[in-house]
Amino acid sequence: MTNKARDHILARLRSHSTPTMAAPIRSEAIPDEPWSQAESLQRFTERLHAVRAEVHRAERSTWPEVLRAVCREKGVLNLLLSRQTPWGVEIHQDSSGLPPLRSYDAPIEDWKYDLFHDIDAALTSTLGGIAETGSLILWPNRDEPRLMSLVPPVHIAILEIDKLYTTFAAAVAAQGWTTQGMPANALLISGPSKSADIEQTLAYGVHGPKSLVVIVVG
Amino acid sequence: MSSAFHERVVENLAKAQVRGNFRRAMDGLMQHRLDQFPDTAELEHLRDEAFAIRAQALSQLPDLLEQLEQRCTDNGIQVHWAETTEEGNQIVLDIMQRHAATSMIKGKSMVSEEMGMNQFLEAHGVECLESDLGEFIIQLAGERPSHIVAPAIHKSRQEVARLFNEKFPDIPYTENIEELTQAARKILRERFYAAPVGISGVNFAVAETGTLCLVENEGNGRMCTSVPPVHIAVTGIEKVVAQLSDIPPLLSILTRSATGQPITTYFNMITAPRRAGEKDGPREVHLVLLDNGRSRIYSDPELLATLRCIRCGACINHCPVYVRIGGHSYGTVYPGPIGSILEPQRSGLDKLGELPQASTLCGACGEVCPVRIPLPRLINRLRYEAVRKDAGTVKGAGSQRKPAEAVLWRGWSWAASHGGLYRLAGQVATRLRRLLPSRLGPWTQVRHAPKIASKTLHERLKELGVDDK
Repeated sequence: MTNKARDHILARLRSHSTPTMAAPIRSEAIPDEPWSQAESLQRFTERLHAVRAEVHRAERSTWPEVLRAVCREKGVLNLLLSRQTPWGVEIHQDSSGLPPLRSYDAPIEDWKYDLFHDIDAALTSTLGGIAETGSLILWPNRDEPRLMSLVPPVHIAILEIDKLYTTFAAAVAAQGWTTQGMPANALLISGPSKSADIEQTLAYGVHGPKSLVVIVVG
Repeated sequence: MSSAFHERVVENLAKAQVRGNFRRAMDGLMQHRLDQFPDTAELEHLRDEAFAIRAQALSQLPDLLEQLEQRCTDNGIQVHWAETTEEGNQIVLDIMQRHAATSMIKGKSMVSEEMGMNQFLEAHGVECLESDLGEFIIQLAGERPSHIVAPAIHKSRQEVARLFNEKFPDIPYTENIEELTQAARKILRERFYAAPVGISGVNFAVAETGTLCLVENEGNGRMCTSVPPVHIAVTGIEKVVAQLSDIPPLLSILTRSATGQPITTYFNMITAPRRAGEKDGPREVHLVLLDNGRSRIYSDPELLATLRCIRCGACINHCPVYVRIGGHSYGTVYPGPIGSILEPQRSGLDKLGELPQASTLCGACGEVCPVRIPLPRLINRLRYEAVRKDAGTVKGAGSQRKPAEAVLWRGWSWAASHGGLYRLAGQVATRLRRLLPSRLGPWTQVRHAPKIASKTLHERLKELGVDDK
């Protein structure tokens, strides 16, 4: 049935002798005003604050301190993070002052209940950030699977400041998304989960994390 | 105007509460959109760009569909084609039966509404659960979406509160929106956890990379596409774009036009099922490409513009008719201006020929459309086709033709093209002006009847000494 459907649909689309409407030439994008790093960070922070996300600044040497403060302030009971990322390795070397650490070591099928019911917060790295919209770029992988940034109520993300791009288009071009091949799942995350489906009134923490904390490092 | 449509309009106009809900919501959405485009030049440039991307994609549609199929297949996504909604539903059911799945959880998808997927699957013993908060609410109420972006926009918080209380008596009654939202989170989390199959729509499908893009705020779309072991995405064949670099401008104009957000919370790009070594994500991803009349629309060089739509809902939000009669009056999956051109093309003017009349032709829809669909022109085109048997490409063309009306207009046309006769008719009308009744049916229910002047324009100008030549 489906192959027949395919052939019929394509044949119908190709059968028209009338030329389809002439497509306009795509104009060149207006070149983005180059933003300084400070301007980019300011815009990024404003955008995230507007949707109730937190943004903290940290140095390479001090970010674990910021993480500890965030966990304390939020009363985080346990923290899911990778053992493989540089950030994860650093924390595993010295986890003093942090809640118990958990790892995503096994496929979801082996520990789905715990992930859904027991994990309080997750820490992930990011591939970069987008200043214009206040977005984080995540390419989940075997070290930091997709559900880390979705299921736990608190998502803490680390963004290196030199990976903060002006626009989504700039990030796609600079990082060569097309040439390097897309991951199974790529994400832009721009705040905690929210909905305005009841009376157009914003409510946070619908199905994804209730809070998003970004630590900007560097 | 007979008809079920007319009856629904009358019924919905009488619901003061619902009309108030729509007015408030649409005013908010229009303002939010306006706030997103402070720079008109930037907006118009972005509209040009979005128009070009969508028009170019449509001009190579069959090639792009084949490319998309090839890339998706290379990536491990299984591609299915459906000419009709029945075929689409059967494909979904077959996949579910292969996995012995008796339930599914769905992220918001208008194409699945178009397919009547829930009704079909439930008739085959599959439990269907909507997970978008708005869709969840209207599913509980046994209703259909009244807006393509905000499906429960017609409901007040009190109505939602009563509904939750009735369906979930264990949860304490509350009219607090945060608490209602948290209640839905709790209920649906367990369902995401257990669901064997997740279903979603697609906002954009990228032919170059075989990537399915989903735009959402709640995280339910991500849940549906990453927790269950099987993900089935359904989309219309027109949603394909050529390349990844087309996505940033389309995403930007979509979210800003739709809800006035610079971006949604989540932009989810799915290119493959779980890869070797990955610890989560669905093991199977299916893409169902639905035609359902789209290839027919594609054959008309003017009506083809209908297929550029990216489903932002801006035309709906700005429509003075929609805001008054509400989404349910249309009786179709897609309401408002886009629905009034799309639905009659699909179902035929004989069935839905009245919908193009549900417009004042004020032009707002065409002005806000992010991909420059000339909605007023297409509405006019369908009005024309509805009453012409000789010039139609749309199914059911000529079906709305009324002999008396046709004679009247032919007479008008004839008189207007014969100067002497036209002047004479004008003079007769002015002399007999007192015979014009003060009640002219529905027109004078809310207006005064027009008064005809005592002299025609020609006569006045002649008195002023203007040369008639």
